[in-house]
Amino acid sequence: MTTLDSSKEIQKNNSEVNETHEDFRMFGLVTFLIADGMTFAGFFAAYLTYKAVNPLPDGAIYELELPIPTLNTILLLVSSATFHKAGKALLKDKNSDSQKWLFFTAFLGLIFLICQLFEYFHLPFGLTDNLFASTFYALTGFHGLHVTLGTLMILIIAWQSRINGGRLTSQNMFPLEAVELYWHFVDGIWVILFIILYLL
Amino acid sequence: MTISIDPQKTNNESLQPKGWFRYFSFSLDHKVIGIQYLVCGFLFYLIGGTLASAIRIELTSPMSDFMPRDVYNQVLTLHGTIMIFLWIVPVVNGAFGNYLIPFYVGARDMAFPRLNAVAFWLIPPSGLMLVASYFVDGAAQAGWTAYPPLSITTPQSGQIIWILSVLLLGGSSIFGGINFIATIIKLRRPGLKLMQLPMYCWAMLGTSLLVVLSTPVLAGTLILLSFDIIANTGFFNPVLGGNVVVYQHLFWFYSHPAVYIMVLPAFGLVSEILPVHARKPLFGYTTMVFSIMGIVVLGLVVWAHHMFTSGTPPWMRLFFTIATAFIAVPTGIKFFNWVATLWGGKISINSAMLFSCGFIINFVFGGITGVALAQVPFDIHVHDTYFVVAHFHYIVYGGTVFIIFSSIYHWFPKVTGKMLNEKLGILHFIITFIGFNLCFAPQHWLGLNGMPRRVAEYDPQFQFVNQISSLGALLMAISTIPFLINVLLSVRNGKDAGDNPWNALTPEWLTSSPPPVENWEGEAPLVEEPYGYGKEISEQK
Repeated sequence: MTTLDSSKEIQKNNSEVNETHEDFRMFGLVTFLIADGMTFAGFFAAYLTYKAVNPLPDGAIYELELPIPTLNTILLLVSSATFHKAGKALLKDKNSDSQKWLFFTAFLGLIFLICQLFEYFHLPFGLTDNLFASTFYALTGFHGLHVTLGTLMILIIAWQSRINGGRLTSQNMFPLEAVELYWHFVDGIWVILFIILYLL
Repeated sequence: MTISIDPQKTNNESLQPKGWFRYFSFSLDHKVIGIQYLVCGFLFYLIGGTLASAIRIELTSPMSDFMPRDVYNQVLTLHGTIMIFLWIVPVVNGAFGNYLIPFYVGARDMAFPRLNAVAFWLIPPSGLMLVASYFVDGAAQAGWTAYPPLSITTPQSGQIIWILSVLLLGGSSIFGGINFIATIIKLRRPGLKLMQLPMYCWAMLGTSLLVVLSTPVLAGTLILLSFDIIANTGFFNPVLGGNVVVYQHLFWFYSHPAVYIMVLPAFGLVSEILPVHARKPLFGYTTMVFSIMGIVVLGLVVWAHHMFTSGTPPWMRLFFTIATAFIAVPTGIKFFNWVATLWGGKISINSAMLFSCGFIINFVFGGITGVALAQVPFDIHVHDTYFVVAHFHYIVYGGTVFIIFSSIYHWFPKVTGKMLNEKLGILHFIITFIGFNLCFAPQHWLGLNGMPRRVAEYDPQFQFVNQISSLGALLMAISTIPFLINVLLSVRNGKDAGDNPWNALTPEWLTSSPPPVENWEGEAPLVEEPYGYGKEISEQK
């Protein structure tokens, strides 16, 4: 909507109304993540209720294979650490290091998704087989959607942190901080999901 | 967290279109967005009202002769959904919240203006989609609660469009809630303390907390329900091993707080209107604040009182009965505070005041039946009868809609700079009040005598009382006419209001009417006593 001419007008107007206030974009994001977390809480509550009150039919009780989800847990936890590294590097104005860490984080996210798909293809049940199967796919699928979105956002900020003309600098850390918080949130949800779905 | 100048926030507004066209644009001005919410909501109110009239026409005779039974089900579903998600929630939160909250916190706009515009523009398309679903193989038939297995077995396309529409409206509501929380907590003018805020800010803070905590659960539930309908999963389908009661728990975890999302902002608005027209400080400010927060906390843990006939175990019934009865305490405190605000005041009998008093009368009646419904033995007797319909409409129409009208009469001079015609306003109030009570009071009797709700046909012995109720509905429909004439005439030809026709002390009146784009010519005023009536003379000297 804003054309070049009008952006000049913005600057002109800016000198007239020169008010500052705290940056509360992070506050808004935290509120949003609380809301998002409540969606997962609803899903978890539904799953646990089903587990408690709806006995599954014979042949519908599965021993889930643990290696892949355990690997996935490790992948996500490591990716949280590498993301943190990216932020540290950017803070020291090492943009290219930061970009490398971001790409590595996105790569880990991608591996997570591939492992998840691999697991889907080798599970002994499909979406509509029974209640457990449906809840399993709904929970992991909804989380996988979050990982997909997160990976895309990491790729975007990795592009933004390029050295020539990137808008992500040590003065403008917000995009990175926001995606980082989101990524940690998605990791945290995975840990809860892993415990509830695979270990309980 | 960094401190930064926000370049877009205040200044993009000057780039927005001017004149009437801005109400059809992606405007970032909170005042424009507020009016967009209000007018859009009112148009949907007219649609929902037409549907309500169709229901009442059908119920004048015991047989389903006005429309086929499945159409009746579609009409009642659309009526409920439109009135809740497209009229009351957007108007009482979005419209008045967007217009007033930035003034009350001393800001030039909401915290996230762009998100605010997005939240509004989600509403018209989803509303139109919902209305249009009637022409696509029939609208949803499962009521606004969309209980499975009914919602799974009725025609699918209408139900899916219903789910999509409610998901979008829920998203809009969440974006709005995030915006209100950030604005009230973070965007307050320096020097303005939380306990100096006008009561509507507290009401909106509580409401937004409920929106943010409970709406996502509804979204998740409806996604699962849509899987049941489209993908043939069995989350809520007993045939496939699912559990319908889980849906009810998740649904009411949102939809009981939704009642407070509809009524808490009205509590806030009436707390703004009464002191101005009674020329007295709001009685018991601190208790009001704690009552609102008490209602928020209790409102999250009472949902299963909607499910006493769903095979809930005794311990659950006991817990939810007690928790529900407890809500009467903070609500009662607020009620007595309003009465005490009026007590001994210099009351002006104008339309805003009359609608507010009408609210107090109707709401106490709806509150009493609410406490009655919380008791398991009574609830089981009247469950799913017209008693519930009567109770609900006493809260939501007699409560919230009365306050919406009261607020329109109160803030119309602020928005337009013109006064509304008082005679037409009082006529509007009289017809609405009589029509409303004539329509819904007899339904208590119908419910107690066992007339089930949501059915097109009924036992002929109830015909006479149903006709009285329909007569009341007719009056309610007629009452819209003086209101519409009043608004349409007054926008152009109304008496000039001046900046502060009510001599009010809350911050929105301390600027010109209508307000400038930046809300204040200079710095925002610091209002430490928004209800300091009776002290104003000594302050002026």
